[in-house]
Amino acid sequence: MARIEMQIGGFGGQGVILAGLVIARALSLYDGREAVFTQAYGPEARGGASASGIVVDDERVDYPYPLHPEILVLMSQEAMTTYLPNMRKGGILIIEENLVHLDGEPDVSELHKIPATKIAEELGNKIVTNIVMVGFIAKVVGDRIGLKKESIKKSVLEMVPAKVRELNEKAFEMGYNYEEA
Amino acid sequence: MSNEILEGEYFLSGDAAAAEGAVAAGCKVFAGYPITPSSEVAEKLARRLPQVGGVFIQMEDELGSIAAILGASWGGKKSMTATSGPGFSLMMENYGLGMMTETPTVIVNVQRGGPSTGLPTLLGQGEFMQAKFGSHGVFEAIALAPESPQECFDFTIKAFNLAEKYRQPVVVLMDESTGHLFEKVRIPPEDEIEIINRKKPKEVPYPPFMPDDDLIPPMPIVGEGHQIHATGLTHDEYGRPTITAEAQEKYVKRLVEKIRKHADEIMDYEEVMTDDADVIVVAYGITARSARRAIIQAREKGIKAGLIRLKVVWPFPDKILQKYADKKFVVAEVNQGQALIMVERAIRKSATFVGKMGGEPHRPEEILKGIEEAYNANS
Amino acid sequence: MPIHKAEHHPLDAYLRTERLPHVWCPGCGLGIALGAYLRALQNVGFDPQETVMVSGIGCSGRAAGYVKMDSFHTTHGRAIPFAVGLKAARPELNVTVFSGDGDLFSIGGNHILHAARRNVNITVLAINNYVYGMTGGQLAPTTPESSITTTSPYGNIESPFNIAGLMAVAGASYVARWTTVHERRLQKSIEKALTKRGFSIVEIMSPCPTTFGRRNNMRGIVDSMMYYKKYSVIKEHPNPLDGVIKPGEKFIVGEFMDAPDEPTFEDKLEELKNKEFLKTSQADRTTWILEHRRHLETLAKIIGGEQ
Repeated sequence: MARIEMQIGGFGGQGVILAGLVIARALSLYDGREAVFTQAYGPEARGGASASGIVVDDERVDYPYPLHPEILVLMSQEAMTTYLPNMRKGGILIIEENLVHLDGEPDVSELHKIPATKIAEELGNKIVTNIVMVGFIAKVVGDRIGLKKESIKKSVLEMVPAKVRELNEKAFEMGYNYEEA
Repeated sequence: MSNEILEGEYFLSGDAAAAEGAVAAGCKVFAGYPITPSSEVAEKLARRLPQVGGVFIQMEDELGSIAAILGASWGGKKSMTATSGPGFSLMMENYGLGMMTETPTVIVNVQRGGPSTGLPTLLGQGEFMQAKFGSHGVFEAIALAPESPQECFDFTIKAFNLAEKYRQPVVVLMDESTGHLFEKVRIPPEDEIEIINRKKPKEVPYPPFMPDDDLIPPMPIVGEGHQIHATGLTHDEYGRPTITAEAQEKYVKRLVEKIRKHADEIMDYEEVMTDDADVIVVAYGITARSARRAIIQAREKGIKAGLIRLKVVWPFPDKILQKYADKKFVVAEVNQGQALIMVERAIRKSATFVGKMGGEPHRPEEILKGIEEAYNANS
Repeated sequence: MPIHKAEHHPLDAYLRTERLPHVWCPGCGLGIALGAYLRALQNVGFDPQETVMVSGIGCSGRAAGYVKMDSFHTTHGRAIPFAVGLKAARPELNVTVFSGDGDLFSIGGNHILHAARRNVNITVLAINNYVYGMTGGQLAPTTPESSITTTSPYGNIESPFNIAGLMAVAGASYVARWTTVHERRLQKSIEKALTKRGFSIVEIMSPCPTTFGRRNNMRGIVDSMMYYKKYSVIKEHPNPLDGVIKPGEKFIVGEFMDAPDEPTFEDKLEELKNKEFLKTSQADRTTWILEHRRHLETLAKIIGGEQ
């Protein structure tokens, strides 16, 4: 597995930062991968779009920011306008299907959709939308980036406050086990 | 009560890693003033220092912060502050007092874009020269530039060691990118971490500025009967103000010489694929990570490129660059040519410069372009 | 008349005698102030080995060079924060800051406010001679209105600080003012300040005939002393806000503030050290991450223009 770049874009408060952090941390600490986590940079991050970047590699990551991510997760329309054009052609696109409406057919090898917000709401708290998404990401690209289910779950549970651990665990499982239509 | 130095693997930002490095180095007093993008260093230490029997003080400003850590150091405790450009400028005053009174302490500067308030949340590397020439007068600086959270941890410890060893302030010249990116940091067991403590005088009272043969004076601390007198005025070995050209020649010369004489020991750099390189990129901090990618891209295009990464930026490694003086050079940094001046001075010819104004790191292609330009230039 | 040189001075034990004579001018009050301090030290029984003097820049700043104890002559205005750091590192030591009005209240003005606010357990001896003496007699933040200095050649148009009021309001535990005429009372007051737990400050009004007196009708060596004698009024428990000094008017000397003991800054730092903390390993790992998450999200907002 060579260098893989991944980006998770959404709007402030959606928890895309934590989502990226738990994934990169699991890869780095529990799956023996080299991973860097960064926050989206510069002018492209203006206007409320926020994104976390993960670069994962077998060897030490050199340039730490995603240049043309082959895995892109979009959780808002604005994030789509901002980050989609920069995506590597033929990559994997994952979207929050109720928040992102694609104009036309993106040039991707795979397109995955999940109503993460709705699932979180059904669990009783929209705040775990990001963790539903993390579960789904783990399922869809886990093997390809070297992310094991137990590692990412451990990372999630360590990083959320104790009193909401159970809720987050459920959210993760719901995302992980979500069957796409 | 938990008073442990952490051990094991953690996923940390560069800022947090620098703070944990300070704890591991034995820092017991931190005095600082909040400033983006270095505040996380202070926040981490506000939490950690009381746990290890240290004190954290949020000072009224950066002028006070650096004064306080100098005071703490004479109190016999290892001390540190952390800041960014605007605060670093304010600290220049007592950075000089630290030099003049040979006071070990560590200043972490997480560089952001400037001048002035500039880009509080975004990258800059504009203090390369300030670390060396920012305070008035004559002195030799020691400054380190980490490129990863692991190095933020390691170099902070190293900065303490160098400060203690050479009895002067040492700068950790971080940058916003390195400070904010997260990566695995391995914190070795306590007994694997090399810790250097200042030389203690063998007799009481000991003149505070009486050097050994290595030009470095053992350091008496307060409360032990040394009757220390330290002053920012030019002084003799006893700390007595001596306002003459002769005293200046003797004292300040030693301050400079104690670093110059040991420059080879202090210098630290990494060479990447320089063996067969036709073009050599010189970079430090986050820019070195862009350069690492750029030299691979260059090699994919058939240009043999290599990298000299400055881990210690001051003293500047003239000698190592001179070794490659027949090669073509590219200098990349997030300013408009600071290390460039030093590189060109060392190799005695022009280098291709790839600068940035600040705000974001170089994209590897930008440095690649510089490599191509250098490669194709007639020389 | 033959000059008799004394073999010993009772304060020799506290002085770097080899550094004497000092740099201060004839008629300067600094010798009286330093003498009062050293006698006070002797009387309260502080071991010079456990006592540190920190000074800033200026004529007063030179005092640190004459005392036979650990002493630091720092940069202009930074004696207080240097002392704060030193005291935090070594709370068991007695730390005195001996410096001038310009150093402490102009260039170092911010530091002294915060040291008083934090109730740092140090003693400050603030030598107020109305002027920047060492640099030739420029306007100070304490120069009385209409006084002539080299930078107020037409008379000072500014109002000086009421140091007593300022320090009391900032949170000092002990605030007093004496002049060099009141040597005995000054010494007793310094003794009190040294033993007081918390931030204590004694303002010492001290003549500078060379750079202030000669431009303000106090040219003679004893003119200022006569002035102090004539215009000072000793009061019991004066209101700090009444500590204003106006030229040619009566001014108050005495103890403006002697607050009941409160925990000092160093007490609180020690208390923190002895707290029961969570085991760092697991707990800290989580909180680090949460802290950083908050940061990154704040940063995202700033970059995103939401703030």
